[in-house]
Amino acid sequence: MRLSGHGLRCVRGGREVFAGLEFAAASGQAVAVTGRNGSGKTSLLRLIAGLLVPAAGTIALDGGDAELTVPEQCHYLGHRDALKPALSVAENLVFWADFLGGERSDAAESLAKVGLDHATHLPAGFLSAGQRRRLSLARLLTVRRPVWLLDEPTNALDVAGQDMFGSLMREHLAAGGLIVAATHAPLGIESRELRIGGVA
Amino acid sequence: MTLIDLANPTRFLALTARVLPWLAAATVILLAIGLYQSALAPDDYQQGATVKIMFIHVPNAWLSMFVWGVMSIASLGTLVWRHPLADVAAKAAAPIGASFTFLALLTGSLWGRPMWGTYWEWDARLTSVLILFLMYLGLMALWRAVDDPSRAARAAAVLTLVGAINLPIIKFSVDWWNTLHQPASVMRMGGSALDKSFLIPLLVMAIAFTLLFVTLHLAAMRNEILRRRVRSLQMMQASRIAFSGESGSRGEGASNEVGAA
Amino acid sequence: MTALSALIRRDIRIALRVGGGALIGVLFFLTVVVLMPFAVGPDLALLSRLGPAILWLGALLASLLTLDRLFMADHEDGSLDLITMSRTPLELACAAKALAHWLAAGLPLIVATPVLGLLLNLDMVATGAVALTLLAGTPALTFTGMIGAALAVTLHRGGLLMAVLVLPLSIPVLIFGVAASQAVIVGPMTFGAPFSILCALSLVSLVVGPFAAAASLRHGLD
Repeated sequence: MRLSGHGLRCVRGGREVFAGLEFAAASGQAVAVTGRNGSGKTSLLRLIAGLLVPAAGTIALDGGDAELTVPEQCHYLGHRDALKPALSVAENLVFWADFLGGERSDAAESLAKVGLDHATHLPAGFLSAGQRRRLSLARLLTVRRPVWLLDEPTNALDVAGQDMFGSLMREHLAAGGLIVAATHAPLGIESRELRIGGVA
Repeated sequence: MTLIDLANPTRFLALTARVLPWLAAATVILLAIGLYQSALAPDDYQQGATVKIMFIHVPNAWLSMFVWGVMSIASLGTLVWRHPLADVAAKAAAPIGASFTFLALLTGSLWGRPMWGTYWEWDARLTSVLILFLMYLGLMALWRAVDDPSRAARAAAVLTLVGAINLPIIKFSVDWWNTLHQPASVMRMGGSALDKSFLIPLLVMAIAFTLLFVTLHLAAMRNEILRRRVRSLQMMQASRIAFSGESGSRGEGASNEVGAA
Repeated sequence: MTALSALIRRDIRIALRVGGGALIGVLFFLTVVVLMPFAVGPDLALLSRLGPAILWLGALLASLLTLDRLFMADHEDGSLDLITMSRTPLELACAAKALAHWLAAGLPLIVATPVLGLLLNLDMVATGAVALTLLAGTPALTFTGMIGAALAVTLHRGGLLMAVLVLPLSIPVLIFGVAASQAVIVGPMTFGAPFSILCALSLVSLVVGPFAAAASLRHGLD
């Protein structure tokens, strides 16, 4: 499986964010997108996720499910964690598993992996920022998607959480998945760097 | 694709600069002929001289709907073909359409005054035009509510098309509602069988007003394009200032889909 | 199907849990109806004549105001991004959300109608007629209003602007809803004609609403 983008140009609010961007990642590879604030790291992830429309260029996933579009085969983990404070931890996770569909693994098991198995019945509103992030990670584990698009994934995670997340990403890559992550901090796994913007 | 997209507004500006004076002249001449003929048209045996309001009222009423049609086509252009001029056309048409609609309301009410004895009667046609006027105002409010024109364009396009689907339904509903409450309504504006002495001036006036719309619309589109260019130049300037410290190249690529040429 | 029913169940659950989100609409409905006698006077004969119109206006405003945040909440917490990316067509997801909203916020209005009918001196038949027309007509209000809710997300602005945009579109529903109720109470029209047109309006909005909302949401997520 190979995710690639060719000649991508992104315009937002009348301002060109980047142009002529090329990238590629194969199964088992992670790409760390770096660049300073406003260089378009998040925009690139949202382009791949189909949430923004490129002004030019194409994005393709070769070797994926031909019946599905690229965004349908992606997990997107953004700044906002898509959790409802009124629902319990388990309800939040089971909802996304039901709604997103496709191949899935046991929700309780995923919660145990991210260290939230003791909190399944608590309203998500009671969780700390780090715990909310862990719950979002559980979504990536419960619903299987080959491509993970991660925007500053280690934000709000403590050292133990970052270790846990590193091993989860390694597992995902070992299983043939691929990762595109926008990041300031080191990703904690072996990755290729894609630097955008600032070609002075 | 970028070449065509960026060239279009520029070519549009050049083309309209040449066409506009001719259009304006044609509009003035036709309006003059139409007004002269209207003045010469005989008085109605029932309504007297007030019937001459018709020569202003009917073209305005016709344009109030025609402009929404133009905006609907432009909205399709925004949503389906993503044409760079489409949302400029839609945005520029809205205030003009609202003005025609307002004039249709005003003249309709003045025309109705001698017959109804009041300035406003909940007559089916006038009521439909009033609702249309409200929808124009809503659309203009929407354009104004958002600073970024490309983001507003999509929302406005959806609303315009929903409005286009809804307008016949509203028209039908209001007609139905009107017959329910005023079964004895006899007033019919615009009339059914028009005499030739009315019909010809009316046609001339309708064409003149349509030309007036085309002229105003093209001029408004030019203004909108220039306004967007100013906006994108200001944004470029702002990002130059913001980034001049760290990197000189920043902002050179900044452009607007329509503005930059 | 699991995806849509999961979405409907989630939205209803949230509506019932969060500070009585659904019940606020009923409370608003009640307040508007209670205000009316202060405006027109406590003349029972007049109130019963205006009753259907008052109830319909109240329901119209209540269902519109509660719609404001239909997509906004999901947009703010990022859920809308995932919904847009998912394998469920966005149009169907929008329809499911509107259906959930109608079940949680529209149905309670209809349940409250008999009580409010008492306040307005409506007899059993009239109250039944109003409740029936609301049952047939409020889906149209919800599915038209959802267009406004989607525009509110695209524009980052809701509230009054949304009301100004959507209210003119709901005029036909108001006309036929009130006319059908009046037909039962005072005649001389038959109930059938306006009522079937009301149902037709609901069906049309069931189709147009989700498509328009999805068109506005798709790629409008900045």
